[in-house]
Amino acid sequence: MTAYDAIVELNDHTHWAFGTGFDDPLAGIDTSVLPGTDTAEQCLALGDDALIMSHRLAEWCTNAPELEDEVALANLALDLLGQARLLLSRAAQARANGETEDALAYLRAEHEFRNVRLVELPRGDFAHEMARLLVFSTWRLALFERLVDAPDPVLSAIAAKGVKELTYHQEYAAAWTVRLGDGTDFSHHRMAAALDAVWPYVDELFDSGEIRDGFDAAIRQVLEAATLAVPHVPGAARVAGKAGRDGVHTEAMGYLLAEMQSVARAHPGAAW
Amino acid sequence: MTEPRGDERSREERSRRERSELASERSERPVASAPPAGARESTGAAINESWPLWEVFVRSKRGLNHVHVGSLHAADPDMALHHARDLYTRRNEGVSIWVVRSDAITASSPDEKDPFFAPSGDKVYRHPTFYEIPEGVPHI
Repeated sequence: MTAYDAIVELNDHTHWAFGTGFDDPLAGIDTSVLPGTDTAEQCLALGDDALIMSHRLAEWCTNAPELEDEVALANLALDLLGQARLLLSRAAQARANGETEDALAYLRAEHEFRNVRLVELPRGDFAHEMARLLVFSTWRLALFERLVDAPDPVLSAIAAKGVKELTYHQEYAAAWTVRLGDGTDFSHHRMAAALDAVWPYVDELFDSGEIRDGFDAAIRQVLEAATLAVPHVPGAARVAGKAGRDGVHTEAMGYLLAEMQSVARAHPGAAW
Repeated sequence: MTEPRGDERSREERSRRERSELASERSERPVASAPPAGARESTGAAINESWPLWEVFVRSKRGLNHVHVGSLHAADPDMALHHARDLYTRRNEGVSIWVVRSDAITASSPDEKDPFFAPSGDKVYRHPTFYEIPEGVPHI
């Protein structure tokens, strides 16, 4: 029995005044892994992006400027955590070496993480988070829209579910970017500074040389509405040409993992 | 299966109450991020003055009408809709949301309870209970 069984549409429990009809995103999908594909690597990279971004967004709990936005950011974090779980489970399945999603999330070392460096940057001010979220969700949405047609049926289903979530994430970030950029002089400067801080990590998102046009057009549209310019700043330095996807991270990554993995490492195999 | 919703709901409501206390505290605090001179917003109003209150109505999948579910703070109608989506439809509750500024609502006063509502208390004939409802006429 899965968590969904109790709350799917067929269930007629009237005490659920609201909120029935949940869908299992992987219901009825063939989960066998096609041989000779890079499903494991692809799912691992996308899962790591979601996991680390989710962790940074979750740090806003008790720190957001308004309670409403705190809940909103926590919702976005949970959407991404959900994507991370599905993707890491799939990566573990494709690797077929007995690992689980938990082992991948909590027992890998820094150099084994494949996330882009954008998501691990330390939490800045609210404008910084909105700039990062705008870039991240716009990029990931374009990526997922393409992955809906991925040969791997599980990845395709995860992408289809993710597209709806990311569309909302992008809308939320775009609304705040416009609100702050086209707000007061003060908020305009803070938003512009945030974009400048995030922008050096954009090039790395397109290392595999794809979908940049749609990304640029979408960002330009938001920034125009926000009376902001696309930043002209040099890309962040790499180490011997390597970056996040190669397992080379910024110094913030070690601290993040130390915190995120502390419980799992202090109590190996614990369950609750 | 246990039902975690009650707990969670009341926790959210509790933090909402605490928040309104926080908000009043916040407005007394010196403005940490005062706008520079010549800021575009020159209305004289403090920038971080607390956002107005909005009432939220959600129509559930099985419901026929929008039901009041709570309130929230937001700076404008679009933000209120987004916040309502994030606060009140997280558990797959809704298919439609209305938001309305709380100060746009005219409410009856508790003092007027008797003249307003008591007179209908003994008029059972106003209920359609004296004839049979034909099959195929739902929602009466």
